[in-house]
Amino acid sequence: MGLRTFLAGWPVYRQLTGTDPLGRGAAAQSARSAALTARTETADSVARSVCPYCAVGCGQRVFVTDGRVTQIEGDPDSPISRGRLCPKGSASKSLVTSPLRQTTVRYRRPYATEWEDLDLDTALDMIADRILAAREDTWEDVDDAGRPLHRTLGISSLGGATLDNEENYLIKKLFTAMGALQIENQARI
Amino acid sequence: MAEAHPVGFQWVMEAKRRGAKVFHVDPRFTRTSAVADSYLPIRAGTDIALLGGVVRHILENELDFREYVLAYTNAATIVSDQFADTEDLDGLFSGYRPDTGSYDTSSWQYAGHEGHAEITGTGKERDSAAGLRHESHGMPVPAPAQRDETLQHPRCVYQILRRHFARYTPEMVERVCGIPQDKFLELADAWAANSGRERTGALVYSVGWTQHSVGVQYIRTGAIIQTLLGNMGRPGGGILALRGHASIQGSTDIPTLYNLLPGYLPMPHHADHETFDDWVDSIRHPGQKGFWGDSRAYAASLLKAYWGDAATPENDFCYDHLPRMTGDHGTYQQVLNMIDGKIRGYFLLGQNPAVGSAHGRAQRLGMANLDWLVVRDLFLIESATFWKNSPEVATGEIVPEQCRTEVFFLPAASHVEKEGTFTQTQRLLQWREKAVDPPGDARSELWFFYHLGRRLRERLAGSPHPRDRALLDLTWDYPTHGPHAEPSAEAVLREINGYEVATGRPLSAFTQARDDGSTAIGCWIYTGVYADGVNQAARRRSRHEQDWVAAQWGWAWPANRRTLYNRASADPQGRPWSERKKYVWWDPDAGEWTGYDVPDFEKTKPPTYRPPEGASGVAAIAGDDAFVMQGDGKAWLYAPSGVLDGPLPAHYEPAESPMRNPLYGQQANPTRKVYEHPVNSVNPSPPEAHSAVFPYVFTVSRLTEHHTAGGMSRTVRPLAELQPEMFVEVSPELAAEAGLTHLGWAHLVSGRAAIEAKVLVTDRLTPLRVDGRIIHQLWLPYHFGTEGLVTGDSANDLFGITLDPNVLIQESKVGTCDVRPGRRPTGPALLDLVADYRRRAGITPQRRVPIVTTDAAGGGDAAGSTDERSPQASADEHDGGGDA
Repeated sequence: MGLRTFLAGWPVYRQLTGTDPLGRGAAAQSARSAALTARTETADSVARSVCPYCAVGCGQRVFVTDGRVTQIEGDPDSPISRGRLCPKGSASKSLVTSPLRQTTVRYRRPYATEWEDLDLDTALDMIADRILAAREDTWEDVDDAGRPLHRTLGISSLGGATLDNEENYLIKKLFTAMGALQIENQARI
Repeated sequence: MAEAHPVGFQWVMEAKRRGAKVFHVDPRFTRTSAVADSYLPIRAGTDIALLGGVVRHILENELDFREYVLAYTNAATIVSDQFADTEDLDGLFSGYRPDTGSYDTSSWQYAGHEGHAEITGTGKERDSAAGLRHESHGMPVPAPAQRDETLQHPRCVYQILRRHFARYTPEMVERVCGIPQDKFLELADAWAANSGRERTGALVYSVGWTQHSVGVQYIRTGAIIQTLLGNMGRPGGGILALRGHASIQGSTDIPTLYNLLPGYLPMPHHADHETFDDWVDSIRHPGQKGFWGDSRAYAASLLKAYWGDAATPENDFCYDHLPRMTGDHGTYQQVLNMIDGKIRGYFLLGQNPAVGSAHGRAQRLGMANLDWLVVRDLFLIESATFWKNSPEVATGEIVPEQCRTEVFFLPAASHVEKEGTFTQTQRLLQWREKAVDPPGDARSELWFFYHLGRRLRERLAGSPHPRDRALLDLTWDYPTHGPHAEPSAEAVLREINGYEVATGRPLSAFTQARDDGSTAIGCWIYTGVYADGVNQAARRRSRHEQDWVAAQWGWAWPANRRTLYNRASADPQGRPWSERKKYVWWDPDAGEWTGYDVPDFEKTKPPTYRPPEGASGVAAIAGDDAFVMQGDGKAWLYAPSGVLDGPLPAHYEPAESPMRNPLYGQQANPTRKVYEHPVNSVNPSPPEAHSAVFPYVFTVSRLTEHHTAGGMSRTVRPLAELQPEMFVEVSPELAAEAGLTHLGWAHLVSGRAAIEAKVLVTDRLTPLRVDGRIIHQLWLPYHFGTEGLVTGDSANDLFGITLDPNVLIQESKVGTCDVRPGRRPTGPALLDLVADYRRRAGITPQRRVPIVTTDAAGGGDAAGSTDERSPQASADEHDGGGDA
């Protein structure tokens, strides 16, 4: 180890001779922090994404290691956001990895006081049963004058503004085909 | 904007750095005000008075961009002599019908077109939120119209506008809004000075503007200003809505809405659209100018995308498979119907109405009276747990052992766990790549609805019932991949884009749509997003590698056009208005339109083109008709049809106000949608008695650190830590008057609810001197509820249900309340407190809200009327009986 390298190991030397006279940046860096690598640099993959909160549409880069999201940062290439994210966008890694996220189906029987578990496949079957029953009970074929109605007013749906265009497309297509007219989303509030 | 759209606000700061002057108008001093050049506190609900003052200032001082106004607007058009203004009728326009609370618009038409009004009695249009389908185009007018290019004719739009706004003086602005005259004049002068050939100004609003009983007319007033000043279709100009959800624009374009089909095609109405031809002709208006002339092709192509081989020209492309509207089927009518036991099942897809919608108690009581509820969300939100944890459980109104609703909670995939497009607030589609698989049972909506549809179709296979044909004929064969058989989002995007049926080749422009069944298009305004079989929304060329228009980042509808109506950025001869504001122009040598953006005009139609006699559709658009979707090719300063509450905006007080309207005898919007239902009530306003029971004005908005109903922020630790508690901001003066202590508790009471909050005494709120009295305003965030890491009472519980007549959006940015020190009572005592206020305010089951408060209604048939609108007007429609 040469003298210069030896001296440069002293923070006070770096503070007096370097670009950090106040000793609050590079001069104070320890050997340990100098050796650290950002987890964005070692990520297995990066997905180009878009912030899920407001409608500005800030670009995001989602860093993934071992199948888990390890960091979400602003996309500097975006002409909309130029790499910036607000407090919510910056917290979106905490959103998608939140321990409060519900990851299993929950079922509440009529008049029950607690949730129960339910298999996803069974839940889908039960929902299909209920849709068909509601259609059967509330179907309106024609109005008083014999003009077509082709609908049920027994089923409602609310939501869509947080979802993808492709999802809204299938939602509207399927509900329309089943005659469910009462479809609404956040655009109405 | 700095609070709710912080990253978008960087561009305001960029403009300020380059010399722009920033004005901020808000009831509350915010982070935006802190960096603005001028802050104007305003009484909530009075923006039309302020903006009307700006219109008057422009007209009286002739500050309009006259060449632009003459060439591109209807300023010179002559209006029918049957039209009577609010100045003549004390706040009503001609044609008001007190029995339905709506207008017959025939007297609003251009001169000579009176008989052409397609709408008489606009109650039906109100119930179907018909205004919303004009998001992408104007209402029709039969061409040609009479014009006076000198603008001197007393019935030309320009002169009507002058008379209409003549009393919106700086003195009146101060009297109505509480904005000092010198502040107002500074704003009006700066706006006008920053417009013209060399400069443009932008009007940016957040969608709280829409949440008023006159919300659409707020934006109309802004449009009048921006059109008079020549700020539309030009770089740096426009009216920009800052919308609040990642794909709320997309969910309007591809609507999960009852009254629309993709691309703003209307959902058919049982009486008006009995046949395919009735329906199509109501959209395209035979003989009409503009691109809607091709709507038969858009409509046929949509039905072809839905019903594939089953949809043929012979069976009108399965038109009869579409369900029909009979009246108001909007979300608030639905909630009242739930309370009345008329609805069996309810899906909630990433929306939390228990906190986010007006009148939270009505929302929760509705959910508690269903057969079944399906909630798909990331978290157990309030709308999933209302049966065990809600204000109504605390008061005993919902008892879990007696609540019959069966609840399915299905966990949803997050934005990084699926691929697809969001459409952001400027119509830009951006594709998201999938980063990781969703955890556990979490699935995308794409998965859920694809597999739900698959199961329904399997169950119904072989069904003899005609009602099941629409499901069985549906094209529903998307390719799937992965262990959970996830459908391909890209395949769905391809269908949205549209393709040639015979070859499957993706279309590249909506002009390729055909009405003979040879094309299938899921959403015609999105055609081009998958041009050449390439996902154009996935384009990510860096901003460093392209010009400032950034046309190679994502894809904007229509046709990747970034600024709509950009033909107006050139003068009538096709030359840029100025070198500095050059954007799209005519290149005479090449014989085509060119510029930085995709021209919003037929590429080779020269500025000198004049349509031949009898032309219609696109061919009828002259070479200088810049507003190509409008029925007359002009931007509308005056709207002869399409806006249900008047051809011009007029200031009405909010449905709940402590003040009498200083401008007209008509107090509030006479066409607003009201619901007479036992659960709903409106606090009294003048001239009704007892308005003093609720003496204060309150408004709500977002915090930077939270998002809407809190489902994506109160559940996230860093955000919950940053804003941990429900609070109310009050001025020091109001704190002294009401006995409130900084950091102590207060509770707020309306006719619907009482909620509590911590008190923040701050001069961010200013008492306003308005019409000779002091008005105190309170401000609350609306993010809080009973679930998540941080909890609190919900501000939206305070609101009742009153809607704008054009688009049926609720008035939830202004209401009246009382405020008292200390915490609210709990249990049944809470209901007693609200009941006591209701008693003192005269809110009884018999009371009806007075709609007409002037005796000037035309024809004398409403003379002396402070009549209430018949409750029938709102009560009968949902029964499917029709629209008498």
